Amino acid sequence: MNTTRGILAYGAHVPYWRLARSEIASVMGGATGHGHRAVASFDEDTTTMGVAAARRALATTSGTAPDALWFSTVAPAYLDKTNATVVHAALRLDTSTPALDFGGAQRSAVGALRAGLTGPGRTLVVASDIRIGLPTGPEDGGGGDAAAAILTGSSDDGPLLAEYLGGASTTGEFTDRWRTPGSAHSRTWEDRFGEQAYVPLVRRAWADALAATGLTTDDVTVAVATGLHDRATRKAAAGLGVAVADDRSATVGNTGAAHPALLLADVLDDAEAGAVVALVVLADGCEVLLFRATDALPVGRPDHSVAAQLEGRADVTYARYLSWRGLLEVQPPNRPEPNRPSSSAALRRTDWKHGFVGATDRTTGITHLPPSRVGIAGGELDDMDQAPMADVTGTIATFTVDHLVYSQSPPVVFAVVDFDGGGRMPIELTDVDTAMVAIGDRVEMTFRRMFTADGLHNYFWKARPVGG
Amino acid sequence: MASHGILDQVAIVGMGCTPFREHWDKSLDDLLIDAHGLALDSADITKDDVDAYWYGTSQSSASGISLATPLRLDNRPVTRVENYCVTGSEALRQACYAVASGAYDVAVAIGGEKVKDSGYQGLNAFPIPTDGTNRTLTAAAMFSLMLPAYAERYGVDEERLRYVVAKIAEKNHFNGARNDLAQFRRETSAEAICDMAAVAGRLSVFDCAGVADGAAAAVVVSADRATDYTDAPLYVKALSLVAGNGAGLVDQAFDFTTLPECVAAATDAYAQAGITDPRTELAMAEVHDCFTPTELVLMEDLGFSGRGQGWSDVLEGRFAIDGDLPVNTDGGLKSFGHPVGASGLRMHYEAWLQLRGEAPGERSVATLDTRSRALVHNLGGYPGEMVSFVGIWGTEKG
Repeated sequence: MNTTRGILAYGAHVPYWRLARSEIASVMGGATGHGHRAVASFDEDTTTMGVAAARRALATTSGTAPDALWFSTVAPAYLDKTNATVVHAALRLDTSTPALDFGGAQRSAVGALRAGLTGPGRTLVVASDIRIGLPTGPEDGGGGDAAAAILTGSSDDGPLLAEYLGGASTTGEFTDRWRTPGSAHSRTWEDRFGEQAYVPLVRRAWADALAATGLTTDDVTVAVATGLHDRATRKAAAGLGVAVADDRSATVGNTGAAHPALLLADVLDDAEAGAVVALVVLADGCEVLLFRATDALPVGRPDHSVAAQLEGRADVTYARYLSWRGLLEVQPPNRPEPNRPSSSAALRRTDWKHGFVGATDRTTGITHLPPSRVGIAGGELDDMDQAPMADVTGTIATFTVDHLVYSQSPPVVFAVVDFDGGGRMPIELTDVDTAMVAIGDRVEMTFRRMFTADGLHNYFWKARPVGG
Repeated sequence: MASHGILDQVAIVGMGCTPFREHWDKSLDDLLIDAHGLALDSADITKDDVDAYWYGTSQSSASGISLATPLRLDNRPVTRVENYCVTGSEALRQACYAVASGAYDVAVAIGGEKVKDSGYQGLNAFPIPTDGTNRTLTAAAMFSLMLPAYAERYGVDEERLRYVVAKIAEKNHFNGARNDLAQFRRETSAEAICDMAAVAGRLSVFDCAGVADGAAAAVVVSADRATDYTDAPLYVKALSLVAGNGAGLVDQAFDFTTLPECVAAATDAYAQAGITDPRTELAMAEVHDCFTPTELVLMEDLGFSGRGQGWSDVLEGRFAIDGDLPVNTDGGLKSFGHPVGASGLRMHYEAWLQLRGEAPGERSVATLDTRSRALVHNLGGYPGEMVSFVGIWGTEKG
């Protein structure tokens, strides 16, 4: 059977917070930068951002579950323990669906995408990154935080939004950028070395990809070129001989391992049916992947485009940004730090903790959050249906701002949320301007890291303004 | 459901209460020894006369051993009691039932808490291993939810309502300033409180209970023998306790303007005591003013004010020391301080003093001329999920 493989769905998550690059100079001195970088909130990590992107991708697939989940990052929340299993649990994927991490290097993310496109089955490839540079360094302002998810599969699995036409790969061993385990930031060799090392690898991969697909540069509508070596990437992009898409460096920053999938998503948000899109990634060699947008693309796009996620954002001060990344330690409230969550208790309630699944009483119809074996208004024991609430929006019934409770970023805004169609829960708000919260505001659920204790990350759900 | 009560079957015949302070120089054992001694002296008995103990502490120690050891009790039954901030009242309730059952002649309820040894600010719950999805909000923040909810429901301007609850703190500081045992003995004005920085919702630190160490104790005996110990026993008129089922945090109908567990406990207690109009029948009330909005809402939940009327009654001074129903005449949690396990018994201590005419003149209530019963309300937990106690006591039997 001659089936075509490609992209069944995609989604992106660009965090709510922005750091204005001019902020850095206002604190540290030096030349004033322009534009913004995207900043993961204090309660986000690469895993939670991956969940956010994956939820957006799967929201458009009308229930088609992936056969496998591959998660790639160079800023993993855990080592030894798989991070993809957290994403797997939050997405409520079946136990039989493998969830694997592709870690270690920038290249792993685009490598996972290539493997998903060329291998069998429906694979949800999630890439996520938080870029940390030393204060005033190039990645401090130039980096960015984001995640993107691409569901690969064949035309038998559903309408492809973009067909994978083929590609090429080159590999080169040269030490241009490196980071030892435990270090938050990478180091680089001098700029011109990387440029001369990369450019021939890009030329070769580009030529091989065009040859493999039978395309010429005239056939390519737009290329996305990305890599952490800024100078080499600009040079390579200029040499492709095709139009090159905005790399979002002015508005998001370079989101590292997430950037190839993020920029691909960004281009697909706008591409017309029939457009040929080239993805060119410089990472210890060069990966070129070529796609053709299909007629299904306009109706299969996610609700939240990358461009839409650049609007209505909020600025974070440089000092607060540094404290969120652990680069500036601030005095916590004089309250006990939270205890680590119990792994055994968490496993017993993984549907609730990771999936935000409550229970609805079959007799009274009342939804209980958290799930309860006995209803609040009668009904039988153990007579409840699962109530998945992660995708249900709600309204703020009342709220408060807590300056006393322990938090990585006080104060904590807490709201009593009434969910549409039933169910209530007092829950923390995030991605919110404290002064702007009002009774009646609409909120949606987002998967976050509540705190870390004993090196254990406590994941659960918070609410945030709808469309935030 | 039956709730018969033990009307006039048991009486308090002795009480004692330590000062509530940041007792840097006193251990929990010291405080328990002090409160125990004061209570037994007040009943003119020794520890050999006490048959059984109920010891309340929220989290300062565990098991009956932690009372039996400092007091060096001689083979006595000691039950450790815990029920959040109701712990002290719960210890008393259990002691009363034990005496009413005939199992013991003389029982002591004692509560104590050493909160100032933690090194942290405020009250902090002992961490229990969980799945990590439990709420982490402070109690102050949970109770602060009631202010905007009340304002919305009754159409009271939020600024105005903020002033109203500050008036409650002002009143309780006024009373506490006239109480040697209270933690905070300085008067303060509602205006000054309104000017303070908010720490939880609209609430400032001065809208919150004082955090103090302390202990209090009561001796209870059968009502038949009460006058063997004192000329002025306090007879039990009602003891009611409700442990909420948390429905308020699940049910969209709950609007944070009432504490249903307190309504239920009060309804039960009034039935036990035969009270139909608490506002005119009670001489005074000690209520759980852990945060200022709590006392506001309690005025309505306990039937002292009509629904939506509590705020104007507060402004009219109806619950002041010279009002028609004085509330928290000893300064309340706000000014007296809140050593969790001791607070319920501390509230009873004030009822004990007031009903027996032993409160100092500057804070004695005038209502005693025509009324002889006092109400003690004690709660633990948060709006939507709490434990509530209501006890009613009187100087006259029958």
